[in-house]
Amino acid sequence: MSDIVRFAGHDGMLRRNLPLRARLLDALRAFFRDKGFLEVETPIACASPGVETHLAAFELRGAGLHQPRYLTTSPEFHMKRLVAAGFHRIFQVTRAFRAAEFGDRHNPEFTMVEWYRAGETYDAIMNDAEELLWAMGDAVGVEDAPAVEGLRGPSVLVPPYPRIAFEHAFARAGAEDPFAMTPEERDLALVERVESTIGANTPEFLIEYPVDQASLARVKPGDPRVAERFELYSGGLELANGFTELPDADEYLARCETDLRERQRLGLPAYPIDDRYVSMLRDGLPPCAGVALGFDRVAMLLLGASTIRDVIAFPFDVA
Amino acid sequence: MYETSDIRKGLKVTMDGYPWIVVDFQFVKPGKGSAFTRCRLKNLKTGSVLERTFKTGEKLDEANIEEHRAQYLYTDGDSYHFMDQDSFEQISIVKAAMGGSENFLMENMELTILFYDGAPMNVDLPTFIVAEIAYTEPGKKGDTATGATKQAKISTGATVLVPLFINQGDTIKVDTRDGQYVERVKK
Repeated sequence: MSDIVRFAGHDGMLRRNLPLRARLLDALRAFFRDKGFLEVETPIACASPGVETHLAAFELRGAGLHQPRYLTTSPEFHMKRLVAAGFHRIFQVTRAFRAAEFGDRHNPEFTMVEWYRAGETYDAIMNDAEELLWAMGDAVGVEDAPAVEGLRGPSVLVPPYPRIAFEHAFARAGAEDPFAMTPEERDLALVERVESTIGANTPEFLIEYPVDQASLARVKPGDPRVAERFELYSGGLELANGFTELPDADEYLARCETDLRERQRLGLPAYPIDDRYVSMLRDGLPPCAGVALGFDRVAMLLLGASTIRDVIAFPFDVA
Repeated sequence: MYETSDIRKGLKVTMDGYPWIVVDFQFVKPGKGSAFTRCRLKNLKTGSVLERTFKTGEKLDEANIEEHRAQYLYTDGDSYHFMDQDSFEQISIVKAAMGGSENFLMENMELTILFYDGAPMNVDLPTFIVAEIAYTEPGKKGDTATGATKQAKISTGATVLVPLFINQGDTIKVDTRDGQYVERVKK
């Protein structure tokens, strides 16, 4: 499709949204600067993309590379190395890459906002996230995120946002007990029944994930069934994923082994474990928490876009 | 066999012994979770629509569907007879399998017949036909603005809701997908 037609499509949504997107980015940087966060940059071409089961990385090969490199799927590993090096409040706006994720809510190359706080748990990060969403809405004159016909209703952005445990969200949606499901059954129930019910009238945090979906979150003290992981949703649209970080090297390696075995079972390529990240954990990661926020998704929410194509100038298929 | 990455609008697949066409699809993936493709599928035999979520990597069977250009010849009451315009062979479809489309057939009409696993399954009519009103109650003059309708039987046999000003002997354009009146056509 020609650019002329594309930019005029959807009543000119893309043309209207690009300047607003720039304003959202300005507001975001101002928000973190005012809170005393340091803006950092970390590598795009990485030695390891992480080994999570459901992760497909773009592989780089070519001159000067003895081992393949991978386009970053998340800046989290390097950012935690910065936290360990003494940078206790940092944020970053970067491109992240996930191969084969392409649809109305996904672009394989997308803009991720990631931030960390040392000496805090995921509660402090959730507080940041709700304030940030409010500040970004304010920057474009949006108090209630607009409804999108057939997809989501209006969403009241004024904080605080409710926090609902994974288990309770399933019960509320009429789904079965998530602890009695395999992770795969849980994902299916989540996308078919539960997701659309999270953040119905206001953004909402889904917290306390079953421990087999902890990812890099620490297990909740006093409740070994769940991990201190959250996701922020609004109108069924997933906006952010955060943790109280797992500081333990041995447990990290054990989770990597589980993921790699699962990748093997599914016939997916094995990715290398990031040795430098493991060394950092052995040397000591201070207690900290962090989050990744999908900037394009937030733009979709605040600008009332039905597809990510309405907030990205050049989506993957026309890149 | 198709993979979930092959899914696109118009893809025809076999599920539960029926042929289906993908009318809409969406890539969905909860954060850090497994990926799915949520599809809206239409049963090509019965017309029913359902939603199905496929796990990434799941295999889908192809539906062996062929489209043949054909011309309508005649009916003997039980079956409808067509001529394949490429092979010139005669094709017969029983009335029950016509699914109502027989009410829009006109002599020599050119259409498409879908074959599933080598057997004729159903006919794909031209979207619009122009037909004469065979019978309707007389209309009132000047009654154009009320939006009121009445029943009319068209020459092909279908009953269509038409505006009150349409008279017997008039010619109208009809949408065969839903049997709706489109407009009056000057003879």
